[in-house]
Amino acid sequence: MNLARIAAKRLLGAIPSLMGVVVVTFLLSHALPGDPAVLFAGPAANADSVAQVRAHLGLDRSLLAQFLSYVGDMAHGNLGQSLTTGQPVLADLVQRLPASLELTAAAILFAVAVAVPLGVLAATREGSLADHLCRSTVTVAAAFPTFFVALLLVYVFYYLLRIAPEPLGRLNDVYFEAPPALTGFYLIDAAVAGEWTTFRGALSQMALPAVSLGLFALAPIARITRASLLTALGSDFVRTARACGLTRRKVLVTYAMRNAALPVVNVLGMVFSFVLGANVLIEDVFGWPGVGAYAVKAVIQSDYVAVQGFILMMATLYILLNLLVDLLSIAADPRVRMEG
Amino acid sequence: MTALAAKRALAGGAAPPLLAVEDLTLDFRTRQGAVHALDGVSLDVSRGEIVGVVGESGSGKSVLAYAIMGLTDAAGHVRSGRIAFAGRDMLGEDPAQLSDTLGREISMIFQSPRTALNPIRRVGLQIADVLLRHGNMSRREARARAVEALARVRVPDPERRFDAYPFELSGGLCQRVMIAMAIACAPFLLIADEPTTGLDVTTQAVVMDLIRDQVRAANTAVLLITHDLALAGEYCDRIVVMHAGHVVEVAPAPRLLQQPAHPYAALLIGATPGATTRVDDLTAIPGGLPDLRQALPPCRFLNRCARSDARCGAEPLPTRRMGDGHLVRCWNPL
Amino acid sequence: MAPIAPLSAARPLAPPAARSFASLRAVRYALAENRLTLVAGVLFCLLLLCAVLGGVAAPYNPLATDTTARLQPPTTAHLFGTDALGRDILSRVMVAARLDLGMAVSAVAISFVIGTALGAMAGYTGGVVDAVFGRVMDTIMAFPLFVLAMGIVAALGNSVLNIILATAVINLPFYGRFARAEVNVRRDLAYVEAARMGGNGAVRILSGHIVRNILPTMAVQASLNMGWAILNAAGLSFIGLGVRPPTPEWGIMVSEGASYIISGEWWTFVFPGAALMLAVFCFNLLGDGLRDVLDPRRRT
Repeated sequence: MNLARIAAKRLLGAIPSLMGVVVVTFLLSHALPGDPAVLFAGPAANADSVAQVRAHLGLDRSLLAQFLSYVGDMAHGNLGQSLTTGQPVLADLVQRLPASLELTAAAILFAVAVAVPLGVLAATREGSLADHLCRSTVTVAAAFPTFFVALLLVYVFYYLLRIAPEPLGRLNDVYFEAPPALTGFYLIDAAVAGEWTTFRGALSQMALPAVSLGLFALAPIARITRASLLTALGSDFVRTARACGLTRRKVLVTYAMRNAALPVVNVLGMVFSFVLGANVLIEDVFGWPGVGAYAVKAVIQSDYVAVQGFILMMATLYILLNLLVDLLSIAADPRVRMEG
Repeated sequence: MTALAAKRALAGGAAPPLLAVEDLTLDFRTRQGAVHALDGVSLDVSRGEIVGVVGESGSGKSVLAYAIMGLTDAAGHVRSGRIAFAGRDMLGEDPAQLSDTLGREISMIFQSPRTALNPIRRVGLQIADVLLRHGNMSRREARARAVEALARVRVPDPERRFDAYPFELSGGLCQRVMIAMAIACAPFLLIADEPTTGLDVTTQAVVMDLIRDQVRAANTAVLLITHDLALAGEYCDRIVVMHAGHVVEVAPAPRLLQQPAHPYAALLIGATPGATTRVDDLTAIPGGLPDLRQALPPCRFLNRCARSDARCGAEPLPTRRMGDGHLVRCWNPL
Repeated sequence: MAPIAPLSAARPLAPPAARSFASLRAVRYALAENRLTLVAGVLFCLLLLCAVLGGVAAPYNPLATDTTARLQPPTTAHLFGTDALGRDILSRVMVAARLDLGMAVSAVAISFVIGTALGAMAGYTGGVVDAVFGRVMDTIMAFPLFVLAMGIVAALGNSVLNIILATAVINLPFYGRFARAEVNVRRDLAYVEAARMGGNGAVRILSGHIVRNILPTMAVQASLNMGWAILNAAGLSFIGLGVRPPTPEWGIMVSEGASYIISGEWWTFVFPGAALMLAVFCFNLLGDGLRDVLDPRRRT
């Protein structure tokens, strides 16, 4: 079976999850106790506006009819209007998504770049100082609430050491101008445009939030890297490779590490779930203009339309990321490819 | 001496044995004290002969194999003795020298070939890895040589099988790949650790025939580790019987099967189904292996033996000559 | 996973010498871990004491404001300092233990009981029930869990009870799937078969024979899950859901203290944050310790 066909098959396999997500978001607002009209009309509504919302949403119709029109609206890209910004929710979200994606990607990159070498070091020198360091880091990092780490970092690097910029957004707009939009990722856009001072400015804003978010993802990745590499190093085929006189490097990289990759790739699915959730908290702390901060604002102001749109978008994103994990694991292990 | 010169020297005539293990004593250090895994083990293997090492599970035969390969776990500690291969002291070799030797001059075949092969690497590439490590050749050349190696172990359609993953092959085919890998660099010594365990009977014969062919074609020396005395009897020139870390008897294969001198060897033969015994006549060996962490009597078979007397627990074991190439370590041989 | 076995011991035919060596190492490993488990146990007792005694043991009334003593750094009078309204932070941190642990324990208890029951049923009956169960669990897992929890609280209404419910829902799949898999494997085992032939009904077999056997592993899961439940509930209150001021709760206290970072009043967020962290740390370690005792094979 070739890779493209498997990818297509997995894509189809994600459809039921997507449908489930749509059903759940619908049920959350429409089928639970309480009046959805009041929920959607928001806190500032009076009897008139509630009645208006009720008529607009067709809440007097059957649940099925409501669901169908809900799905119909969604298919047209209509996620409703935000009460707070007055804009269509989809437009709000799309505008803020790149900021969140850039932060998440930077955090994951940081986590992988630290956790994988740490896990490898720990596994290759089992029982050494590096190993103990890895294991205590993992235990401690797993217990740190992300938002608390973020605040600690701000306190140390912004207030005490004064080397980090004020934790307010992606770019200090007093000194910098946003780079010409291409991908929406400031770092990439600035690099493409060759605006290196902007790049540096964006990087310094990004460092603390990305590190606090990444620390959260670090623990599971380092843990699984160490464990799966230890398993691989203790396996029969590594013994065979040694018995054939293959070099240490070859044994470690081609034989042990490639075999240890699959569990690491698989744990990324869980890590994405953590990070997308923790992203909300981090954006809140750093005033990051992404979808998470938008959602927090919406939640506090009981702007349920916006919250619902946010949940849908995050779930879709998560499903897509899981798809990516699937494809990566197929690339990592021919046995998965066979299962199709 | 260059490697090539060593090869030439080895090829010539009645030299000393290719592999000589002398008085090897090996402990594993543990929290509850030393485990005396091997005690005063000696054996030798010459070119062109197959020497079998037999004994129950736990007799130390695999530990011996790994010690020869220099693959003993970090907790393993050689207390005394020598392992000489082609006149070189293997215990004194540094890791770099050792890894130059492994796979090229000494190779090993493992049991359970499915797990012994890298599950996510094409089998041909695994053979090519060994060739590239030890031979000065291009990738293309290595590929051609690997296909040749597969053909030599009679893997059908070797060109196509080169690209197969282990999980796509049967256990028997995996073991042939394993053998191809082991003999790819034409080693002088082949150590086969239970190469037929887990394979069905016909496949067992195919695998053993391949190993014997290699001996005949290339004058390779083979150390066959097995618990299957019948198999050893059929394929080996000489058999070494091990019990609880001791070599208790060495003899030419037919002689050992017909006239075992050590009580343990005799019981082992009695417990082996074969041409001469019917299943009804099989007898189990009484008792189990002694705990190797304790202080042990000179004869470790003492408590399981019907012929033991006062000397067995008190005096160092004598080595007695029972015939041509037939040695036994026992006070009261049969 | 088991501690790495020496080369020779990884082989099924290895001598007993090498094998006992591996198990020895395992014991040593467990012992080394136990010291940490001991620390966690002490920490746990401390937390429990705070949760039970709470207001009685606290030096001040956690709600009493004092405008003359605003934002005071730690002193002997106020060990953890005071917050913007002059409330004693130590007292608030101590009293908050009851709410924070209470929320996490209730949430874990709910998902443990309901998840295990549903999962066991699905695994035992199979067929349509199983398929529906699997689909529902998959759907929950299709959300980033914290995001789903946010959505649930936002939809159900902003209250402590709803935080507990939301945390319970997002944890449901862990227990449900695990119980389902374990029951599914055990369904056809000899001892279950024997019980069935003895005329026992499904509920009886499940509760008496299967669930009892998987309970130890489930307990380990639950205790490892506690830390995550605490983090989740505190995270929700951090962004302003559920718990409302002036109620003392760690998440909301950190959030209130956050505004004073840029002026350097670190104690306002550090102490509640540290309490939160220690609680999570404690349950993670206890879970690890429990696993070492009950289920040594799953060590990582």
